[in-house]
Amino acid sequence: MFEMPSGAEIQSIISTLRAGAGYFIPEIYLSALFMVLIILDLVLGHRKNRILASATIVGLLGSLFFVFQQHAIPDAEIFFGMYALDRFGIFFKYFFVLSGILSVVISMEDEELNRQESGIGEYYALIVAMVIGMMLMASSTDLAMMFLAMELVGLSAYVLTGYLKRQPRSSEAALKYLIYGAVSSGMLLYGFSLIYGMTAQTNITKISMELSSHGYDPLVMIFASLLVLAGLGYKMGAVPFHFWSPDVYEGAPTPVTAYLSVGSKAAGFAMLMRFFFVAVPHGKAGVEDMLNIDWLAILMIISAASMIYGNVVAIWQKNVKRLLAYSSIAHAGYLLLGIITMDKIGTQATLVYLSAYLLMNIGAFYVIVLISNKIGSENLEDYKGLGKKMPLAGAALTVFLVSLVGLPPTFGFIGKLMIFTALIGKGDLYMWLALIGIMTSVISLYYYMLIPLNMFLRESDRQDQQDVKLGMWSQVVTTVLMVATLYLGLFFQPIAEFAKYSASMFGAVLN
Amino acid sequence: MLSLIVFLPIIAGLIILAVPASQKQIIRIVSLLAAIAQGVIAVLIWRHYDPTMAGIVAAPGGSPFGSFQLIERIPWISLNLGSFGPMTIEYFIGVDGISITMVILTALISIIGVLSSWTIQKQVKGYFILFNLLSTAMMGCFVALDFFLFYVFWELMLLPMYFLIGIWGGPNREYAAIKFFLYTLFGSVFMLLVMIGLYFSVVDPMTGNHTFSLVAMADQANYVKGSILGPDSTTWRYIAFIVLFVGFAIKVPMFPFHTWLPDAHVEAPTPISVILAGVLLKLGTYGMMRINFPLFPEVYQAGLYIIGVFGAINIIYGAFCALAQQDLKKMVAYSSISHMGYVLLGLAAANSEGMLGALYQMFNHGTITAMLFLLVGVIYDRAHTRAIDKFGGLASYMPVYFGVVMIAWFASLGLPGLSGFISEAFVFVGAFSAPITRPIAIVSVLGIVFGAAYLLWSLQRMFLGKRKPDAAYELESDGHGHEHIHFHDWNGKLDLDARELTMLVPLAIIVIALGIYPMPVMGMLTTSINKLVQVLAPVAMSAVK
Repeated sequence: MFEMPSGAEIQSIISTLRAGAGYFIPEIYLSALFMVLIILDLVLGHRKNRILASATIVGLLGSLFFVFQQHAIPDAEIFFGMYALDRFGIFFKYFFVLSGILSVVISMEDEELNRQESGIGEYYALIVAMVIGMMLMASSTDLAMMFLAMELVGLSAYVLTGYLKRQPRSSEAALKYLIYGAVSSGMLLYGFSLIYGMTAQTNITKISMELSSHGYDPLVMIFASLLVLAGLGYKMGAVPFHFWSPDVYEGAPTPVTAYLSVGSKAAGFAMLMRFFFVAVPHGKAGVEDMLNIDWLAILMIISAASMIYGNVVAIWQKNVKRLLAYSSIAHAGYLLLGIITMDKIGTQATLVYLSAYLLMNIGAFYVIVLISNKIGSENLEDYKGLGKKMPLAGAALTVFLVSLVGLPPTFGFIGKLMIFTALIGKGDLYMWLALIGIMTSVISLYYYMLIPLNMFLRESDRQDQQDVKLGMWSQVVTTVLMVATLYLGLFFQPIAEFAKYSASMFGAVLN
Repeated sequence: MLSLIVFLPIIAGLIILAVPASQKQIIRIVSLLAAIAQGVIAVLIWRHYDPTMAGIVAAPGGSPFGSFQLIERIPWISLNLGSFGPMTIEYFIGVDGISITMVILTALISIIGVLSSWTIQKQVKGYFILFNLLSTAMMGCFVALDFFLFYVFWELMLLPMYFLIGIWGGPNREYAAIKFFLYTLFGSVFMLLVMIGLYFSVVDPMTGNHTFSLVAMADQANYVKGSILGPDSTTWRYIAFIVLFVGFAIKVPMFPFHTWLPDAHVEAPTPISVILAGVLLKLGTYGMMRINFPLFPEVYQAGLYIIGVFGAINIIYGAFCALAQQDLKKMVAYSSISHMGYVLLGLAAANSEGMLGALYQMFNHGTITAMLFLLVGVIYDRAHTRAIDKFGGLASYMPVYFGVVMIAWFASLGLPGLSGFISEAFVFVGAFSAPITRPIAIVSVLGIVFGAAYLLWSLQRMFLGKRKPDAAYELESDGHGHEHIHFHDWNGKLDLDARELTMLVPLAIIVIALGIYPMPVMGMLTTSINKLVQVLAPVAMSAVK
């Protein structure tokens, strides 16, 4: 029976919450921003899209200030072990805020989105809600909290995906996303419940202690790990949990696609790292189960499968967004490479790779939006001859794609370099994974280059003169993103240092 | 000064970026000025270069930079990787005998390339930006002494080349461009893994940190025991050597990795063919001399015979293929494969003569092939065809052209008195004197015969005899008993015009001069080559161990 807590207990709960709130300022601030945006949407009349977008950007920029202040606070668990404030979380807070800002920047450009008769409404508020959800995902240390955070991200994302109400493909995408999401949430929850059943704990640190001190049934553990992986794999878009992503990426408004491919994927990775590094015992003697496979082996298979499947299937894509969807499956595989090394360099590499992925993927989608505004299409065929008409967009897109392949001197190369650095010298198995990674990135060159190929090497067969001149603002944003991708490819030290600092959070559990 | 020669083209590229696309002449002139400035610096470097300093590797107890010259060394990136210690990447450039030859060649070919690009009319701005980017990347590769820096330059070449072939190329350019890109990337991504492995295996003797410095990597004493590519890790060292070798061999291109080259050459516009054959192919063999062999000398010694056999295959197979070609440009492309085989053969000899011949052959092949491709371009501009059978009797109508063709063709087949002869002679002297390569050398000599065959046969079919009935030009009589020929759609000068002469005459002079007196180039590289042979020798290996 549930007992009513006594007055003193309530007092202590309140004081703990109050103390915890001091560690929770960015999240509180963003929640306030979320509400302000909804109110603004109601108060403002027509032609409010620009104002809302600007308010969102300013608001999100403001949150960076509060995140920055958290550097001074030592790592701590708050709210009865539900939530953590640590440098790993801070890294992702920056990451999500930046991805939110960049998505808003893309959204401002997207004419398809801004032409909506029903107005942009709570679109920007939902983006902010997703930022909050992703922050919670990255910092939760409790199974219940993790699940709630993931649902917050998921629910916001479903609505955003279906935001183009008059577009059947958008609604279809939202429905598919929702159904897959519901199934995977269920699996995740089932996995969590099994773990809770084994340990009677929900805090991941305590789960780890419980598991290593009392032992566990390996069959149940592997089953639970698989279920949790299924739930997270769906967020990360890794094989075999990727089936939603091509359709959703194609159907969703392009800014949302960009946001999902970067933000929500990164949140999945953040949670995966925190959960598996901390909660699941590993690397210790006697934890191998009776089937003689452990979750690391599963992750290796998922990683290899994602790299191969994503890169190979992308070759036949005719739609640019779909092509990038498959490429994002492949990138989930590369990111997993960094995680399976189970050491600090690998974690650092994953974080650097994510940063690179943020920049280059958002950049690519930004240019795709610009192009689709002008030609009204995302088909590879329609990109023919565009390079001549839109040299800046073409050059920038080429830089982003080359960065996605991982060629120097781009940031994407640094990501790949760090990942492979982490893999080499760890043993033959890791060497094979590195080889798969290397081989598949050669394959990826082929399909990524299909886009510049159409833009620059082929002539347009359209007769009509299109007005393809980019606005000043678009040109500036494109140039900034392109230069940043190149600059960070040559001078990546600050980001790599910050990633290392963040990865050091796992000092106790990783080598 | 070295940085300047590397980055001048990129500066020119940035200037061009600001010039409106309609100002074609300004764009061309800016590029030309940059290339000429590069040339001037190259000459200054050449004058300044001290040929008694060897380079290659740091002498024990000497300067950690070795006896390289014009060194520039700036810390670039320093990352703390926890248990692996700090990861340091340096901007570290310098030249020794091996690289200075290539630097001079690159500067020379760049000027020729810009001049040859004068006739490009399509998207001039984009063309020259990419051209300058390519130029910087090539030059950077030859002076980089930090593996990471080398790798960045190496990969930087791919994208401009892809577009230069893909946009300005012939009808089948898409296929050729992506084939080039995929082949070379395939080679270089594996190089990336080796690079990382080497990093973890080598420490800088001065700082005790891991390093990407090629100078440190060239000294076997700097390898850590027990590391992945350390002295006791034989299997991985063999794998790493093979991986690197394949990566560079694709660039050379060595049989069986050569199939991208004929495609790329046939589709590429003339200036890009010149750059490709003149400089890019040399990067493959340069990489072997700078990285592949000195870093894994014991594997190199074990693989001499195989390298030599591949060299011989290249020589003979390339010559046979050239013999079968109807397309003049394809014939020249296959002749490149054949001639790069001599370089491989010289490298397999593992003695000073062979190595010297190989490096000198790289330089000579650069100048001779540049001439060959320019000459193909000249006739293609006029006739819009390169089919050897569509000509005949050209010698009497285009005497100047024929004269230059004679020099280039005979230099290519190794006529004494022209530069190609000396390098091939050195290669064969080296290969004959090394017991391992002697039988290979005997077989390879056949290559010279076949080389003479395809060159002379094409010369005969195109220039001698009479106009063929289906030739690409018409005969016109001027009524005074003189006959002229007329190409369709060609209003320029029939014989070589001033621009073409400006490109061809200096090259011809170099080819002749270096054939008579090779010391200006050879003198620079002997000390370094001797040092390289010493580093690669089995004796030196055991002494280090």
